[in-house]
Amino acid sequence: MKGHIEIDQEFCKGCELCVLFCPNGVIGLSDKLNANGYRVAACVKDEECSGCAVCALVCPEVAIEVYRD
Amino acid sequence: MTKALMYGNSAIGEAAIRAGCQCYFGYPITPQNELTEYMAANLGRKKGCTFIQAESELAAINMVFGASLAGVRAMTSSSSPGISLKQEGISYLAACELPAVIVNMSRGGPGLGSIAASQSDYHQATRGGGHGDYRTIVLGPSSVQELADLTHRAFDLADKYRMPVVILGDGVLGQMMEPVEFKYETPKELPVRSDALRGAKGRPSRIVKTFTSNPATLEELNWSLFRRYEIIKRDEVTFDTFMLEDASLVVVAFGTAARIAKGAIKNARREGLKVGMVRPITLWPFPSEAIRQLSESKRHFLDIEMNMGQMLEDVKLAVEGSAEVSFYGRTGGVIPTPSELQRAITRLYYQKGLKVSR
Amino acid sequence: MKQIYSRPASLKKAIFHYCPGCGHSVVHRIIAELIDEMNLRDVAVGIPPPGCAVFTYNYFDIDMAESAHGRGAAVATGLKRASPGTFVFTYQGDGDLAAIGTAETIHAANRGENITAIFINNAVYGMTGGQMAPTTLSGQKTTTTPVGRDIGIEGYPVKMSEMLALIKGAAYIERVAVNSPKNIRRTKKAIQKAFQSQLDGRGFSMVEILSPCPTNWKMSPAEAWKWIDEVMAKEFPLGVIIDRTGKQDAD
Repeated sequence: MKGHIEIDQEFCKGCELCVLFCPNGVIGLSDKLNANGYRVAACVKDEECSGCAVCALVCPEVAIEVYRD
Repeated sequence: MTKALMYGNSAIGEAAIRAGCQCYFGYPITPQNELTEYMAANLGRKKGCTFIQAESELAAINMVFGASLAGVRAMTSSSSPGISLKQEGISYLAACELPAVIVNMSRGGPGLGSIAASQSDYHQATRGGGHGDYRTIVLGPSSVQELADLTHRAFDLADKYRMPVVILGDGVLGQMMEPVEFKYETPKELPVRSDALRGAKGRPSRIVKTFTSNPATLEELNWSLFRRYEIIKRDEVTFDTFMLEDASLVVVAFGTAARIAKGAIKNARREGLKVGMVRPITLWPFPSEAIRQLSESKRHFLDIEMNMGQMLEDVKLAVEGSAEVSFYGRTGGVIPTPSELQRAITRLYYQKGLKVSR
Repeated sequence: MKQIYSRPASLKKAIFHYCPGCGHSVVHRIIAELIDEMNLRDVAVGIPPPGCAVFTYNYFDIDMAESAHGRGAAVATGLKRASPGTFVFTYQGDGDLAAIGTAETIHAANRGENITAIFINNAVYGMTGGQMAPTTLSGQKTTTTPVGRDIGIEGYPVKMSEMLALIKGAAYIERVAVNSPKNIRRTKKAIQKAFQSQLDGRGFSMVEILSPCPTNWKMSPAEAWKWIDEVMAKEFPLGVIIDRTGKQDAD
């Protein structure tokens, strides 16, 4: 199964919970700062994404949209 | 129209039901328990209506808040110590511009006080009572008939101006039995306000709140409330007069004190003293303008209250220094007698050298 | 590819004012999903508290009315009695429901008021800067227990769910947490069960949610989420506390 995520970086607060809970290491914390001064999460290994949606489940900010085949 | 011989407390209940009150939340406290019990027997058994004996007066006023949010006519009642508990809720009702009727059958205070009648909650009632800049309309009945009439009027005023309305009675009025005529029939369909908060069906969702993180917004709310209060002051002032035209001494009294004073005034008149009375019925808005006008020709006022002098301040403010305002009061639940008040009137009358006609 | 997850319709598109990793954000989303799935938007009134969640009404696209501190259960009682067809839920913190609001909560449950209380337990008073809450753990440092909560002086953490379960008017009470995917899924099931219990007219329902407060616990979000498993859930065990609805558990 192949999946894909989109992270709304203006909503991200860099809590790193998606990074922690993603089973495939798809997400990492980037060095980019958003308008609120948070270091934002970003998709670093899109090819590993299975579309399990655990990231969206834990993301407190509802910042992640998930797509799946 | 229905005529009955009723306890004051019961008459309030009957009038509330006839005004379309749907919810009553109360708590036992002397001397208003007959009202709570009347609502249990007559409102609680009515289909679609709610009676709850709440766990506290504090819970009761918050239940009123909830029922008022839902757009229905809601009421609570208590006596002085319980009314203190309700002040937080009344402040929130005022801030949210929600109608509600609160009945205070006052007793002696401060503290647990006495169970006898007193008028020592006047300041609490007429200055908002809770925290913040706001006012509630305050009605001061003086008979069982007025308890009924003013209860009905209270619901109308609350809905019209979107605010809490206080009926400031006392233990004597609540416990006395008098003939009363109910001028209204219970509406077949209980009124529900158009701004009821019951779910955002067919419209945008609505928020009712009091908190703001922007002081300027809160200032706007206060200005808005006070603009409304100006309209109420212009349109709703009510008072009664008694033997005022040729009076040299004007008694100012409300509620039970006014009833007793009336007897004293009649006796004083028989002795040739020209005494009259102004009886405010709306304690807020206070009949300041009427008293101010009186003070242009009348130079001596005697404020008689069952407290240490609370309405006294409003009378003094109203005359703006152009008349002398004296005070006679009993408090703690002590009820003055007519002859006692007659002595006070007579003593002042002679002290001031006022003309006696034999 | 098709989209399998997006923001629920009842959750307005606004950046939460809550801290990174805060449980409020997760619970708001779960409730919004349920409002959508159970078609409650047209009939729901939510009653948020003073506290961090005072701005709840900025996020939900439903009718909401702010209550005085602790009075949510009483306000909900009045509203539900006046309009039984309205779906009424309170959203309260631990100070709101278990300190100042204890009497109102207990008596609403006792009368079997047909309302749902969402009880956010983060063992601290968040909005006011991290003071002790009724649910603060023994030894836990807060701004009013600077050397750690001393049971001998400050008493024990209050177990509202267990206390309320004794009351027959309470139809459904469950304790859950929002600190892991598994627990978040369970939280949604619990709230759904509680909401359904109200729709079925069963009486008082409550979901107590152990919720991370990284800022006042002085932890990172990941540490705070772990702390709930390692420490907090040991004092406040997760699970169905009482179920008088007579229905099979959704699991």
